[in-house]
Amino acid sequence: MLSLLVFVIYPLVSVGLQSLKTDKGLGFSIYGDVLKSAYLRKAFFNSLYMSVLTAATGTLIGFLFAFAVTRADVPWKKLFNAIAIIPIVSPPFIGALAIIMLFGNNGLITWNLLKINNFPIYGFNGLFLAQVVTFFPVAFLTLKGVLESMNPVLEDAALDLGGSRFKVFTKVTLPLAIPGIAGAILILFVETLADFGNPLILAGSKFPILSVQAYLQIVGMYDLPKGAAISMLLLIPSVTAFFVQRKIVGRRKYTTVTGKPQSSSGKIVSPGARIFLFIFCLFITIIVGLIYFSILIGAFARVWGFDHRLTLDHFKFVFGVGFKAVRDTLMIAGISTPIAGLFGMLIAFLVVRVKFPGKKLIETTSILSFAVPGTVIGIGYILAFNHKPLALTGTLAILLLNFVFRYIPVGIESGTAILAQIDPSIEEAAIDLGADARKTFSRITLPMIVPAFFSGLVFAFVRAMTAVSAAIFLVSSRWNLMTVHIMSQVESGNLGAAAAYSVLLVGIVGLAIVFIRMVLKAQYGKLGGTMLHF
Amino acid sequence: MSVKLIHISKEFPDLEREDRKMLAVRDMNLEINEGEFVTLLGPSGCGKTTTLRMVAGFETPTTGEIWIGGRCVNDDPPNKRDTTMVFQSYAIFPHLSVEQNVGFGLELKGRPKNEIKDEVRKVMEVMGISDYAKRRPDQLSGGQQQRVALARAIVNKPGVLLFDEPLSNLDAKLRETMRVEIRRIQQTFGITSIYVTHDQAEAMTVSDRIVVMEKGKVMQVGTPFEIYSRPENRFVADFIGRVNLFPVTIKKLGKEDSGGTVLNNKGKEVRAASIALGLCEGDAAFMMVRPESFVLASKETETSFGSGVVTKAVYLGSVVEYELDIGEDKPILAVTHDPINNGFYSNNERVWFSFTEQACHVLPQ
Repeated sequence: MLSLLVFVIYPLVSVGLQSLKTDKGLGFSIYGDVLKSAYLRKAFFNSLYMSVLTAATGTLIGFLFAFAVTRADVPWKKLFNAIAIIPIVSPPFIGALAIIMLFGNNGLITWNLLKINNFPIYGFNGLFLAQVVTFFPVAFLTLKGVLESMNPVLEDAALDLGGSRFKVFTKVTLPLAIPGIAGAILILFVETLADFGNPLILAGSKFPILSVQAYLQIVGMYDLPKGAAISMLLLIPSVTAFFVQRKIVGRRKYTTVTGKPQSSSGKIVSPGARIFLFIFCLFITIIVGLIYFSILIGAFARVWGFDHRLTLDHFKFVFGVGFKAVRDTLMIAGISTPIAGLFGMLIAFLVVRVKFPGKKLIETTSILSFAVPGTVIGIGYILAFNHKPLALTGTLAILLLNFVFRYIPVGIESGTAILAQIDPSIEEAAIDLGADARKTFSRITLPMIVPAFFSGLVFAFVRAMTAVSAAIFLVSSRWNLMTVHIMSQVESGNLGAAAAYSVLLVGIVGLAIVFIRMVLKAQYGKLGGTMLHF
Repeated sequence: MSVKLIHISKEFPDLEREDRKMLAVRDMNLEINEGEFVTLLGPSGCGKTTTLRMVAGFETPTTGEIWIGGRCVNDDPPNKRDTTMVFQSYAIFPHLSVEQNVGFGLELKGRPKNEIKDEVRKVMEVMGISDYAKRRPDQLSGGQQQRVALARAIVNKPGVLLFDEPLSNLDAKLRETMRVEIRRIQQTFGITSIYVTHDQAEAMTVSDRIVVMEKGKVMQVGTPFEIYSRPENRFVADFIGRVNLFPVTIKKLGKEDSGGTVLNNKGKEVRAASIALGLCEGDAAFMMVRPESFVLASKETETSFGSGVVTKAVYLGSVVEYELDIGEDKPILAVTHDPINNGFYSNNERVWFSFTEQACHVLPQ
């Protein structure tokens, strides 16, 4: 509990205090400076504008995708499912990287095919495309869950009562999905607002974005107070949206886990609409496929845009000079995720099954790190831990601590979800049969939550491997991360190496997922398999 | 093992009003003999499950003492009590096979492996689940899961077996089979049992004695016969089966529980075989007659108690159910048997009804 205060609350307070520091004690003068600057005002509105637009578009695409997969019975469902998952398990700026490779100054499409020079991809257009591609899968997964938990018999009943297909959709399906849709919009809003990788690569100087500006203030101009103030501006809308989202979704949280999803008769979608949905999904799939394909090719092409002969040079670079970052990343993610997972499970168990003072505080604090943009946390950590008593900047510890406390909520989420599903009478039965508290936990509770624990762990591992926004403030020459390396390769124009790193990163993450799935399947049979959708 | 509840009460904090407490069980006294099968029966929220969970040790009584096998167990946790519960949700461990589920309790007691194997095999045979020994619980039907839960409880040879509405998740047919089965197995092993249900037919089938509860209070304790035909109060009379209540005044009490005579609201004198304790001569009371005790006739006879017009006749094959309008607020319910031989009446027919002295029981208003 104390550790939560030190590593979650204290950094945030530090950011707040730093932003209020002036020559004459505390005051709001720095906020005045920030708001007076037309450029930063623009950044604030750009950020909100971009987030709202991405949230709306991404949720629309996610909904159509989810509807097609769960209700319309379109062909190639498996492919569409997979396509929507890939962006989630890859670093968040891969979209940006690929877009530059396709549409940038030396882009495959703009330059090589269309012979356009200096296509205006930097700024709104490119960033919007990248954000939508990156975040629509989040909406897809949320809404797929919502639609699956909705009993399709309801729709069949409405149809049976004489409603037209369109009426059934607007009067039954849509109203039932509204809380889920609202929730998805808010999640996307929060994530887009907090996103750092895509804007850093694509926003450019004409289209400033808050998270990038906060970073540039600190790393470029060493203006800590201003950077802190900017990040506070980022914090307020995202925390607000996050808690609104929890309110909406929280009310109907556990009703979704009862009963098996029943299969839809598929009658509620007319053949015309089905064809439309299929073509739509195919179109999105082609875009996503193009992005990953270009990354893959980019990793093997000699000089992207000019010389497309295959080479292993980029991988030689990655495995040679750049291999330290790979090793560091693996080590940091490998150490921090199990700790975060265990910690999270423990908190989940306490929160769900035990009553104690300060329970609410622990729950809120640990969930808070979900809501806070990585940029803010990164700044908070350098502010809080670059002086005694906890002088940690530049060490392995600061990266580990950051990752552990950032991914505890993942453990808590999956832990509380699974514990809420386990009927307390199962534990009572064990006690009744003569088991004490310790035996009950080790023989009954633990084996039942292990699958959820590991799927939470995989998720945390993926996030840790692909994180960039907070970590970019905390890396040093001694400890560096693959994601940060990719960013700097992109900045220095070395797209091939960036692509090679990305391929390796996605490969590692993919392997980890497959590995854990296999272990769980072997160990827990059907149980492990069914609990592992994330 | 015998079970004794002495002045048991249980308070819960009221979830809606924090300043108030909710009394789930009020001053309950009950003695259960060795080998007896006792059912706690009542509508939902009457405190029956809370009582059962107090015996198991999952709840601690606010006041009072619980004795199991001649020892006060108030301070013993559930795992130290010689009780085993069959849960409403079965609470089968999903990650263990059927065999492992059944053997779980014995394993905890540290019994040798081959002994556990033998015991588990034996009890699974009795329960008819030997074929599923290696299966996982999610591959079993509801009835099979129920048997596993029962086997898991019985194999420990507990002093007291507790059932928390064990059949409420089964379909009607299976419920009937299982309640006979439960009774058979309890008799085979001779285990003292406490059974919680809100289904009166279930209670009648399995129990030696029934405890009828309402709002945390015991309304009556008695054999199924006593509960059904000699209820002590209106709640019990209404809750178990269907009932006709005639307002009467007590004219004369017989000697030593031998009933007495009452006057109905038209001044007619009737003999009743039984009068509930506590009633005195001159008291206003209800005379209870169950629908199936009625004898119907198309003409008035000397034994006729009154007459009414058929307003509803439902033919159910083995019986016919009637509603008779006798010119009062509530119609009378009557049931006749064997319509093939006895014939039946149609709507708007006037019929005269009578019943024997044995069928009449008087209870307080």
